[in-house]
Amino acid sequence: MEPTLNRPLRRNFMKGLLGSTSFWLASGNAHWAEALAAEAAAHPYQPVFFNGPEYQFLEAACERLFPGDHNGPGAKALGVAEFIDRQMQTPYAHGENWYMSGPFQQGPANLGYQLPFVPRDLYRKGITGVEHYARQQYGKDFAALSALHQDELLTALEGGSVQLGEIPGRVFFEQLRTNTLEGAFADPLYGGNRGLGGWLMLGFPGARADFMDWVNQEGASYPIGPVSISGETA
Amino acid sequence: MAKTHVDAIIVGAGWAGSIMAKELTEAGLSVVMLERGSERTTPVEGAYPESIDELRGAVRKRLFQNLSQSTVTIRNTMDQTALPYRQLAAFLPGEGVGGAGLHWSGVHFRVAPEDLRLRSSVIERYGEKFIPEGMNLQDYGVTYEELEPFFDKAEKVFGTSGEAYRVQGKIVGNGNVFSPDRSDNFPLPAMTDTFSASIFREAAKNAGYHPYALPAANASRPYTNTYGCQMGPCNFCGYCSGYDCYLYSKASPNVNILPVLRQDPRFSLIPNAHVLRVDLDSTKTKATGVTYIDTKTRKEISLSAELVILGAFQFNNVHLMLMSGIGKPYDPVSNTGTIGRNFVYQTITSSRVWLPSSTYTNQFVGAGGAGVAIDDFNSMNFDHGPLGFVGGSPIWVNQAGMKPIAAATGAGGGGTPRWGSAYKDALINTYKHSLGIDAHGSNMAYRDVYLDLDPTWKDVYGQPLLRMTFTWKDNDIRMNQYVVSKIEPIARAMGATKMNLVHLNAEQPFDTRNYQTTHLGGGAIMGDHPQTSALNRYLQSWDVSNVFVIGSNAFPQGMGYNPTGMVAALAYWAAHHIRTIYLKSPGPLVKI
Repeated sequence: MEPTLNRPLRRNFMKGLLGSTSFWLASGNAHWAEALAAEAAAHPYQPVFFNGPEYQFLEAACERLFPGDHNGPGAKALGVAEFIDRQMQTPYAHGENWYMSGPFQQGPANLGYQLPFVPRDLYRKGITGVEHYARQQYGKDFAALSALHQDELLTALEGGSVQLGEIPGRVFFEQLRTNTLEGAFADPLYGGNRGLGGWLMLGFPGARADFMDWVNQEGASYPIGPVSISGETA
Repeated sequence: MAKTHVDAIIVGAGWAGSIMAKELTEAGLSVVMLERGSERTTPVEGAYPESIDELRGAVRKRLFQNLSQSTVTIRNTMDQTALPYRQLAAFLPGEGVGGAGLHWSGVHFRVAPEDLRLRSSVIERYGEKFIPEGMNLQDYGVTYEELEPFFDKAEKVFGTSGEAYRVQGKIVGNGNVFSPDRSDNFPLPAMTDTFSASIFREAAKNAGYHPYALPAANASRPYTNTYGCQMGPCNFCGYCSGYDCYLYSKASPNVNILPVLRQDPRFSLIPNAHVLRVDLDSTKTKATGVTYIDTKTRKEISLSAELVILGAFQFNNVHLMLMSGIGKPYDPVSNTGTIGRNFVYQTITSSRVWLPSSTYTNQFVGAGGAGVAIDDFNSMNFDHGPLGFVGGSPIWVNQAGMKPIAAATGAGGGGTPRWGSAYKDALINTYKHSLGIDAHGSNMAYRDVYLDLDPTWKDVYGQPLLRMTFTWKDNDIRMNQYVVSKIEPIARAMGATKMNLVHLNAEQPFDTRNYQTTHLGGGAIMGDHPQTSALNRYLQSWDVSNVFVIGSNAFPQGMGYNPTGMVAALAYWAAHHIRTIYLKSPGPLVKI
């Protein structure tokens, strides 16, 4: 049940190369990244869990939470919505590591999450609730709103003043924020952090995992760019 | 194949269980070790590069307890309804072979001698009235001098890196001036200071404090331990806490003990075996074995044994005692019983310091056990008289390797944006140019802070969940505030351009939603009297003398130090007395 290296996008190409010398050579090759980008453009990701309108919401909302700006790419360029859709097909999204036995009784916030919903439920119900709220407040779907109104709505969710049917707006907001940031910064094998754009912004070197010479360089900036688990560099 | 009768059954394949299994097989006993989680070996679980995948590792919690099977309920006060801990957050117990000893950081302390006799020490200095009403301050019933050979033994198994201060009465190095005498040096030299730790060291020293290198069970050099197990030198990859070390540099039961133990014909390890109870005879004073459920087949299986060692995680040991009827459950109202009494935690807050934008802290570089600390405000090392609280905290920079998802999800808040462009600005600046300073403090025990069985919620096996009643108390909040106030001048001297000093606030309840520490303690404590402790000084149940309970459950108070070193020493201490006294004449090792 563990996610594997064989992300479908790359599966066929990788299968032949995995573990071979050419895998490592290819992974450091600029043509490799270009070929991937071309493949991605030719075959845009088809969401599996989210339907079309849900996926539109997801792309729009994630981009407001983590926008493209002077720092670098935002959620859309990083593939965050794809990441979240892929995560919805993992045990995590079914709450398989959460205690989900009843009774479900609400209590003080500091005693933690007490709803009977797993991540898949939170998204399905949460998006329905947000779209209902968007149409009620602004007369449009979330994705069609101005950035200003989208931010206003997200701020209202974060602040805890909105209830989305069975789900407090704040709970949905935190789920979305957490998964968005995961998608921006997880290894690209899960579909996000495209081109290692998230790591480049932070200066995180990814899977290098060997800093013997960099324990103390008196505050100098680490000079080597990131590498992913599959060997992609940037 | 599982045997039906063995000399000793050990519950839990973490540090405590593995040490006990090694010791008891050395003594010639046949040993079965039961682990409720899955088999884990470093060549498989630790293989690079999959082992350093943050999403799969610390974020999706690969090596931690699977709460869907069993969890705890938590409330702050006795008048509340405790609710299930449904998502891992505040603390992260391990599961699977190696237990929390596989995913720990590796900070490997001994103990501050006065913490072992804290009640006596406080009374000697400040009088009995200094102890607040409702605080169950107790001594361990064992001294540092008695434990010293076992701390030494554990360090040589763990391959601990550190710098000693005093060995056999002679000052030998630049170690912790507050640390007690040692019979021998650390087996390996201290880990190199990261840049962040080096500037903390300098600033703390200039302020008149006494900085020292954290003792780390991260190998600073190649090492072969007492058992012949090999460790490779740590390269500061930053994947200790939450991960299985791919370099064999961080000590774990899987690397440092199990490779030899698995070859011993007297030893067998059964994973996916969730122990339901220790079986007792009709007198309830003798264990006959244990009953476990095979989590794959869901079949119940009973094993019999002469000796039962509970070496599960702290609260699981307490849960097993309650489920088995070993000893009398603690009742806070009548103040009777001992199982569940003195449940403790640690009082930990992390502050953040920003350096100029020309200075890079490279926070992804790190090792879980490496860093620089001061003990000037820990234990009884300072005058508590005018302060009016018991306990203290080391202060340290322990740059363990900051990963991007953890950094991103934790960034913002407290009046600063948690999303959007301004959030991205702050996140990047914080990731590149800041460092953390922790106050890693003690937590005292209180009459109304305890463990018992929950009346409502059950695990998948139908057993009641353990219930925690826990909140922060005034004594510990004030201790934390005092120690955090000492961080500010040090941070200024480090060249801070900005700082966020984090401390507990008055009346602040324990919050289960944010990670604090996995250093839970107490609940089945050691001591010198069966009315106030579940275990005697050899960690033997007062009530069922062929049951020994090894773990941080034995701590009467939460100490400022990380618990693993103490747990390991207590395991070797208990094992020594089982081997030299108990096996020759089974029965209570302490008579009252």
